[in-house]
Amino acid sequence: MPALKIKDLSIGTLRKTNFTLQSGRITCISGPSGSGKSRLLRAIADLESHTGDIFLGNKPQGTYPAHKWRRQVMMIPAQSAWWEDTVGEHFLTPMPAALKALGFPEDAARWQVNRLSSGEKQRLALIRAVSYKPQVLLLDEPTANLDADSTQMVELWLTGLIKKYQLPTIWVAHSYMQIQRVAHLHLAIVDSQLEEQEIHL
Amino acid sequence: MSVIDLSWWQLSLAAGLVLALAVCTHIARLQLSKSLIIAAMRTTIQLTLVGLVLETLFAVGTLLWVSLLALAMLLFAGQQVVSRQKYRLRGGWSFAIGTLSMLVSAFSITILSLVVLIGPQPWYQPQYSIPLLGMLLGNTMTGVALGLDRLTESMRRSRDIIENRLMLGETWRQASIEFRRDAMRAGLMPTINSMAAAGIVFLPGMMTGQILAGTSPTVAVKYQILIMFTITAGTGFGTFLAVAQCSKQLFDQRERLCVDRLLESKSP
Repeated sequence: MPALKIKDLSIGTLRKTNFTLQSGRITCISGPSGSGKSRLLRAIADLESHTGDIFLGNKPQGTYPAHKWRRQVMMIPAQSAWWEDTVGEHFLTPMPAALKALGFPEDAARWQVNRLSSGEKQRLALIRAVSYKPQVLLLDEPTANLDADSTQMVELWLTGLIKKYQLPTIWVAHSYMQIQRVAHLHLAIVDSQLEEQEIHL
Repeated sequence: MSVIDLSWWQLSLAAGLVLALAVCTHIARLQLSKSLIIAAMRTTIQLTLVGLVLETLFAVGTLLWVSLLALAMLLFAGQQVVSRQKYRLRGGWSFAIGTLSMLVSAFSITILSLVVLIGPQPWYQPQYSIPLLGMLLGNTMTGVALGLDRLTESMRRSRDIIENRLMLGETWRQASIEFRRDAMRAGLMPTINSMAAAGIVFLPGMMTGQILAGTSPTVAVKYQILIMFTITAGTGFGTFLAVAQCSKQLFDQRERLCVDRLLESKSP
């Protein structure tokens, strides 16, 4: 998959940030709450107006129709919304292997969405997004509502997927331990800039 | 058959009934009496004035005066649409969208019914054109107001769903289809209900009026059916246009949801 280049992007408090997401590499972004991590992801997914340029491969964001851009550069929010009756209706294609990998029984696709717990919603939202075969993942705290076991399952599944399909990825994370486990690059929001941080292994 | 005129004391007897109701609701502390009295007074004043205007208009009967009255009715209806919105679009867009939808649908259908179906001489003869336009405009106004209100309210409340659908790469049309469908249904439901129940549950007002005024029921029924169909078409096309335009207005050119384009009205 092509890399995602971010050039002079300004959104919210962030000023003229530059960075590149390489294929198959996970860039962890951390920062205090309210520092604009989610808004940064929303700008990259073109859900908020922003200045600066974003390129997928060599093609700038503006040359794509907005919905085509979002199908490829897919943001998965920490709090997902569900609108159909059952889980499976939200998937583009059936995802039996992914359901199994994240600890769901086979009939989970037929579950009613109004009975899902927040942890189930978060894991199913990841599966839902992946069913659309995105080229870039923008993960907003993908394990925020999960216990330790589920967190481990999700980390394992996501890192495997990112490696297999060589997806450039942003992973917004709070936990330093998680950053150490998954990150290839760690950027922290300091004032109005992104600063590269050492990942201690 | 001649029409039995009503005298003023007969009308004041009917007004006494409303007054009695107001007194009862006041005693029961239901806080309805004030708006009841105001509405009753408005209806008396408005209808009396319209009666005078129509008398004059029927006497003059030129296209210019018919058009002027039609324009005034349209602008008032547009104002009514806006005042019934809990959330309206900034910058007068709700008024523009509502008025334009009613202009396109109610006016063209009125003119079509006048020229092709009823065919008075001349086609704009106020005795036919003004009541017909009034009924179409009134019903279209209700449809547009209900449709827009439902659309803006539900899209504002469900912004999470719409944004999540956008994140999955849906177009703005796909992401908003359920809300547009609901709004369309809300706008058309009163008309569909009244068509389904007409004649059994209630006798439509216009037909009742015509029969009271001495028209034979068969003729009155034919007019009523014509009116029902034109009202349905007018309301349907008007609501459709308004909902389409308003939902488009809630997204920008990059298909982002812009609920900040909505302004909450101070009083409903």
